Amino acid sequence: MKPLLEVRGLNAWYGESHVLHGVDMTVGEGEMVTILGRNGVGKTTTLRTIMGILRERKGQIMFDGRDMMGVPLHRTAHAGIGFVPEERGIFATLTVEENLMLPPVVAGDGMSVNEIYDLFPNLQERRQSPGTKLSGGEQQMLAIARILRTGVRLLILDEPTEGLAPVIVQRIGEVLKKLKERGITVLLVEQNFRFASRVADRFYLMDHGQMVADFPVRELPERMDMLHSVLGV
Amino acid sequence: MTMIFGIPVQAFLGQLLIGLINGSFYALLSLGLAVIFGLLRVINFAHGAQYMLGAFVALLLLQYFGINYWLALFLAPVIVGLLGALIERSMLSRLYKLDHLYGLLFTFGLALTIEGTFRYLYGAAGQPYSVPSALAGGTNLGFMFLPIYRGWVVVISLIACIGTWLLIEKTKLGSYLRAATENAVLVQAFGVNVPLLLTFTYGFGAALAAFAGVLAAPIYQVSPLMGSNLIIVVFAVVVVGGMGSIMGAIITGYMLGIAEGLTKVFYPEASNIVIFVIMAIVLLIRPAGLFGRDA
Repeated sequence: MKPLLEVRGLNAWYGESHVLHGVDMTVGEGEMVTILGRNGVGKTTTLRTIMGILRERKGQIMFDGRDMMGVPLHRTAHAGIGFVPEERGIFATLTVEENLMLPPVVAGDGMSVNEIYDLFPNLQERRQSPGTKLSGGEQQMLAIARILRTGVRLLILDEPTEGLAPVIVQRIGEVLKKLKERGITVLLVEQNFRFASRVADRFYLMDHGQMVADFPVRELPERMDMLHSVLGV
Repeated sequence: MTMIFGIPVQAFLGQLLIGLINGSFYALLSLGLAVIFGLLRVINFAHGAQYMLGAFVALLLLQYFGINYWLALFLAPVIVGLLGALIERSMLSRLYKLDHLYGLLFTFGLALTIEGTFRYLYGAAGQPYSVPSALAGGTNLGFMFLPIYRGWVVVISLIACIGTWLLIEKTKLGSYLRAATENAVLVQAFGVNVPLLLTFTYGFGAALAAFAGVLAAPIYQVSPLMGSNLIIVVFAVVVVGGMGSIMGAIITGYMLGIAEGLTKVFYPEASNIVIFVIMAIVLLIRPAGLFGRDA
């Protein structure tokens, strides 16, 4: 599989505190990769550093063969990486439709608005209401939907199921499967282990700011003991 | 003679009109401040100086190039806006990483520098700028005499305010502005050039101030201190309306202008302080301002 994202020896700092200690990872074209790990091991930081939100960083980030270290934050999306943050980032002063239309289209092969409304009918019904009047699940749908419009090749999702009801979690799983069918590459951080094992092709296990294991979904049963000890699941 | 609350109608309506005109300037200026504060989180102390610059640019364009009022009404805001953009890009933008207080101090220093320079070059006395001939004279409304230019100021300010509101609330650019006000980093991660947006916003705010300055030139005369006299009142207006609320700034500007005008009718001694009294009361009851979201 051709690698789309390659991260080598990535270090990152929040001011004085050194949070990533040489992260190495690869995400192949069309793959769905999940980073597992306890709270505070650097999963969200890894995503934010790849996006370029956290700029105090060293190491190598290659996306589609392009060195991303010198790319300013507002050009990262144009290179083909879309971001759905943990807090979802729905704007209260924008309507649902304005939220949906906000991120600029970066490539021609994104979903059309009609396709998005077919996939998320609730958003169409409520397109004129303020973004934050949506339920938590709908806000998560909107946060994913608005990135799908942009035509990015890699979707970075930070804990998409956090705090959502099981029926919504299932719905998000279906959406991710549809994205996979369209060939979109997904990198996600997930605490919900059952959800992650249903959607992901491959896992990275993270501890103390490093990747400590890397295995495909079929090896999950034999890895359970190790996961129990590292994750406490 | 017809009376309202024991006051002659003419005096009442006359002060109401003066209040409305002052309110127009309050609204235009507090609107610019609110737009800048909303996105940049900078309290733009140079706003009064930019208003004065607008008037001066119009005056100098007339004196040196014979450019008339109508062209100046367009050119002066463009020139002052570009100057504002240049200042934001080269100086103000370096301060965003620091405490917001530095932005305030910088713009305060900028205001002193600009005003000091103009005082040095042109003296403190005001220079007249004549009313354009198309708007000269007045019309008798029956109950009062309305100078046409003042009517024009009220109408064009209202149009500028509504236009700005529409730009922010109803356009794509406006949605970037509103979103970046809430979460600039995320908007940038979506691929929007937020630093450029900040430059544009500051330039736009400065241009609005300059537009008000050109409108004011034929009414108040052009003087280096015309802005610093006004800006203190405008800050009070912004505090009453709520920092960062666009519609709040507009409505409060007109409302306080009228309140000030009517105070002149009923209790003239208080007219200079009525806005500050209202500000104090609002701060006690609703610290976030009448239209502000709770801080």
